[in-house]
Amino acid sequence: MSEMTYRDAINQALKEEMRRDKTVVTYGEDVALYEGAFKVTRGLLSEFGELRVRDCPISENTIVGVAVGAAMAGVRPVAELMTVNFALLAMDQIVNHMAKVRYMFGGQTTVPMVIRMPGGGGSQLGAQHSQSLESYFMHCPGMLVAYPATPADAKGLLKSSIRDDNPVIFLEHELLYNSKGEVPEDPEFLVPFGQAAVMTEGDQVTLVGYGRMAILALQAAQQLEKEGVSCEVIDLRTLAPLDMDTVLASVKKTGRAMVIEECWKSAGLGGDIASRIYEGCFDTLLAPVRRVSGLDVPMPYSRKIEKLCIPQVDGIVQGVRDLLNEPY
Amino acid sequence: MADTLRELLSEEELIGFYEQMVLCREFEESCAEQYSKGHITGFLHLYSGQEAVAVGCTAGLQQKDYILSAYRDHAQAIVRGADPKKVMAELFGKATGLCKGKGGSMHLFAPQLNFMGGYAIVGGQFPIAVGLAWGGQLLEEDRVTACFFGDGSMNQGTFHESLNWARLWDLPVLFICENNFYGIGTEVHRASAQAALHRRTCGYDIPSEKVDGMDVIAMYQATKRAAEWVRERQRPYFIEAVTYRFRGHSMSDPAKYRSSSETDVWKSRDPIINLSRRLLEEGIATQERLDEITKRCLARVEESVRFAEESPWPEDAEVWEDIYV
Ligand SMILES: Cc1ncc(C[n+]2csc(CCOP(=O)(O)OP(=O)(O)O)c2C)c(N)n1
Ligand SMILES: [Mg+2]
Repeated sequence: MSEMTYRDAINQALKEEMRRDKTVVTYGEDVALYEGAFKVTRGLLSEFGELRVRDCPISENTIVGVAVGAAMAGVRPVAELMTVNFALLAMDQIVNHMAKVRYMFGGQTTVPMVIRMPGGGGSQLGAQHSQSLESYFMHCPGMLVAYPATPADAKGLLKSSIRDDNPVIFLEHELLYNSKGEVPEDPEFLVPFGQAAVMTEGDQVTLVGYGRMAILALQAAQQLEKEGVSCEVIDLRTLAPLDMDTVLASVKKTGRAMVIEECWKSAGLGGDIASRIYEGCFDTLLAPVRRVSGLDVPMPYSRKIEKLCIPQVDGIVQGVRDLLNEPY
Repeated sequence: MADTLRELLSEEELIGFYEQMVLCREFEESCAEQYSKGHITGFLHLYSGQEAVAVGCTAGLQQKDYILSAYRDHAQAIVRGADPKKVMAELFGKATGLCKGKGGSMHLFAPQLNFMGGYAIVGGQFPIAVGLAWGGQLLEEDRVTACFFGDGSMNQGTFHESLNWARLWDLPVLFICENNFYGIGTEVHRASAQAALHRRTCGYDIPSEKVDGMDVIAMYQATKRAAEWVRERQRPYFIEAVTYRFRGHSMSDPAKYRSSSETDVWKSRDPIINLSRRLLEEGIATQERLDEITKRCLARVEESVRFAEESPWPEDAEVWEDIYV
């Protein structure tokens, strides 16, 4: 184990996998010479050279499509979209092509590729640069979706993503890049898809989060513990596949659940997970499932009001208190 | 045309071109019939009239070269070597189809033949072609990627992005525009500010030429030359094949937007009749031989229909297969 940032953990995963497998290549806007808009690809060009680490034009749809083609040809591309917001320009290649070719061609091809996308709000970047689009990706079958919360998971999940023969959307939270944690050094350290992590055990309320929301849930649980409230915090780690078994087992124990989602509430993943909880353990629920969500508004710039639009620890804490006071 | 056919190609090759074009034509005409009977459903875009492009180009490529196409892809797949039986079964939605009945007319795919797919999002195949070319280059496979597309698709963002990218990274892509003058009902000059489509590549520093897409020999020669140029220099090249579709855009299109005199002019340039005339004139084939070929093609098409009819439907459980590895 060694302590490192989320950014360095991703960087290390890329380096290890590129050393292990010569067919792993990476590219994106300002990925090579500039070493990434968030400096995630630092040192890659100098170690692996310009055949395997490349800058490309500002052409998001083609960034994804090139990865689809290259993956079909037999290499393992890891493409970076500068931020998740720009994935909207690539939704055609993501949804209509990447997620479809295997199925519509009757299983005759595989698309072993990863698209890394930093995203999330909270840096006062305004409405066009602060979005959380994870529900968009979860909605579409044919691709895997990872959203790590910790440096260790960032490393282990990215390594798994690169080795997986399915296309992977790999979401990274911009506010987590500098967060630190213990990360295994074993080059064979992998975090599997479809396995949520129980971050802390508890028996009164289940808090379900992912990405930065899992970190906020954990902080809320620590605060609530001082009030004598025992929360179980689950970090989903991958959104597709979704590990509902872990969530349902926990809710059966606690009887109360809250989903914390950074995306908009309307048609968001929280509503979907809540519905699955109702389907899976209606009898054991002691109160309706709660959602703490991003507000259904375009993100405002001003610090004072931006905060209102993104789940905060205080809001989660208050929500849990309310949940415990539900008259059921 | 100064050269005689014999100076250019062997008798076997010439007759082969003829047979392939006839097979494609008869296949498409049969599809129309099967569609009217309700055996083929969904969108159905036929290739009749454009055969010289698929046949000439494919002959000018090597088997290891990748081919991608849009949704008007039956002939492209068959000429590449796909079994017409499996193609017809795919159109019928049967389990024995090329893609197990999960793709349909617009999504044929045969990786063992390096036929890398028919794509139904206009312009969707451009980035994938660039990626395939890059992948092949990285793996040092010495392949050319031939990307076919319609005139209408040149107005998509992916066209611009992909041509720029292919030249920027110097990738072996042969872009082949099948200019049949219409994107559904919109004529080229009503959609493209520069109607001389091959001239649009200068902004990407990609050399280009215009070729008679009704002449299979011209298509073959141009493609062969271009493919070798691409292979040697590892750089993209662009061919505009000027052609015409004899039928409407798809089965639901009566093609009211074009005059019968226009259609007649193009039908007089039918690539199959064109070649047959030359074969007869130069004494390469007799009418009897050509009739034999037509009969043989018809029999193959009939056999493919029978095969499709008799094939089983996919199992229900198939819906959940092939989403993930
Ligand atoms: C992105 C997208 N927009 C619109 C359509 C509907 N559409 C299908 S074919 C077509 C015309 C394409 O024309 P062209 O590229 O010239 O090909 P052709 O049909 O002539 O072979 C259109 C608009 C589509 N399939 N995809
Ligand atoms: Mg057209």
